[in-house]
Amino acid sequence: MTDGPVQPPSSAGGPIGANPSFFDLLRRSRPEALPVAWGSDALSLPHGTTVVGLKFADGVVFAGDRRATEGYAIADDKMEKVFAADRFSVIAIAGAAGQAVEIVKLFQLELEHYEKITGDRLSLEGKANRLAQMIRSNFPLAIQGLVVVPLFGGYDERRGQGRIFFYDATGGRWEEDDFHATGSGGRPAMSSLKKRWRPGLERAEAIRVTVEALVDASQEDAATGGIDAARGIFPTVISVTSEGAEPAVDDEIRAAYEVVVSGGGS
Amino acid sequence: MSFMPYVPPEQLMKDRSEFAHKGIARGKSVVGLEFADGVLLIAENPSATLHKISEVYDRIAFAGVGKYSEFEDLRISGVRLADLRGYSYDREDVRARDLANAYSQALSTIFTQQMKPYEVEILVGEVAADGGHNEIYHVLFDGTVTDEHEIVGIGGHAEDLTSALKTAYHSGWDLATAVRESVKALSTAEGREVTAGLLEAGVLDRTTGQRRKFRRLSEEEVAGILAR
Repeated sequence: MTDGPVQPPSSAGGPIGANPSFFDLLRRSRPEALPVAWGSDALSLPHGTTVVGLKFADGVVFAGDRRATEGYAIADDKMEKVFAADRFSVIAIAGAAGQAVEIVKLFQLELEHYEKITGDRLSLEGKANRLAQMIRSNFPLAIQGLVVVPLFGGYDERRGQGRIFFYDATGGRWEEDDFHATGSGGRPAMSSLKKRWRPGLERAEAIRVTVEALVDASQEDAATGGIDAARGIFPTVISVTSEGAEPAVDDEIRAAYEVVVSGGGS
Repeated sequence: MSFMPYVPPEQLMKDRSEFAHKGIARGKSVVGLEFADGVLLIAENPSATLHKISEVYDRIAFAGVGKYSEFEDLRISGVRLADLRGYSYDREDVRARDLANAYSQALSTIFTQQMKPYEVEILVGEVAADGGHNEIYHVLFDGTVTDEHEIVGIGGHAEDLTSALKTAYHSGWDLATAVRESVKALSTAEGREVTAGLLEAGVLDRTTGQRRKFRRLSEEEVAGILAR
């Protein structure tokens, strides 16, 4: 028991209306479980590197490399940076890895909790705004070097299309029309996307374009992990369409990678 | 200075029980039962949006009868408890038994200490991961918990419902049979035909392959099952 027995009726969160936010609930009843603000730049902590997201005909595709760095060392070569936030949205993170994973976990719970309390899913816009607020509350940590910059997107059930949002460390939020990349290898990845992306890509093409952007980033940026087919290290790729979020399997990514390195491209 | 007249505790508890019973008896009923792939909760509910049956956690669902505002309050508290517990420890550590105990504590406190008891009865169901035992807990307005097996009916016509279902029940029913038999029992207990448009149903289905096992059956799906 974390919070004593269920304490009705006051626990329903104020006189009118239950607060559907898990983040608020946690802050109120278990503040010690929140990410805390004693991080420091002097600490050498794992950092996640490059993530990309783009729109295609049926929705969005998000992808991330698998490397986490700690200074000049590689902390992890199999880290996941792209996660399904719920059935219709996806979040990709770059920045201080521990912090980022914690924010993703909280964000996933935030969406699920809202859905269960109210019986309705948040709109995609609502999810994007909620994420901005959560990044903002992380700002004291960002000043100390624990910057977390996510990329968020999904399928907007009300508009019937995919949408992408990107953020800065202060919680600033912008909607992107076509594609975006962030993290240490974000710049070369953006250049690559700019050349390869076009409206109305098919799913397989979209996966190929994201894989190519990550390959390009890994060649320009020391902190971005390349594809290691021999060891079976492939980027994480998740697509979201009206059918929901679906991770690409290794074979799909391997096929895309082979086209990219053989100079095929789209 | 005002004096409270002395009321013997037996009388006090009896009055409160009667009050709660009356409130619950006015309402509709809910059936909870185990079928081959999990746990089915089904109820007569004219509203398509004010639910009696809801998801609480990955393998746990909730059903309430009686006063909507009161069981809704319990449902929200339960979701909060489950999500906090799952975040603090692990998703695996959230169990229906703990939830039923928490509800029991809360309801028994309300029953003895508040102005009026809650006029509710609830079910907390949990589907076993694979091959284990499903759990269905029945919590009464005074905090009494019972561990139910196979079938249970709660609410206004609980007894008629349970006896109607008990005679028909076979373990290992598929979902369609479970729905059909429950609806038959609901109709018998109410003394009129309960149609698909008046039904609310949710299942905890272990075969979905998803982490969240709870799924609502749509009106079309129920109508399809009943038409067969």
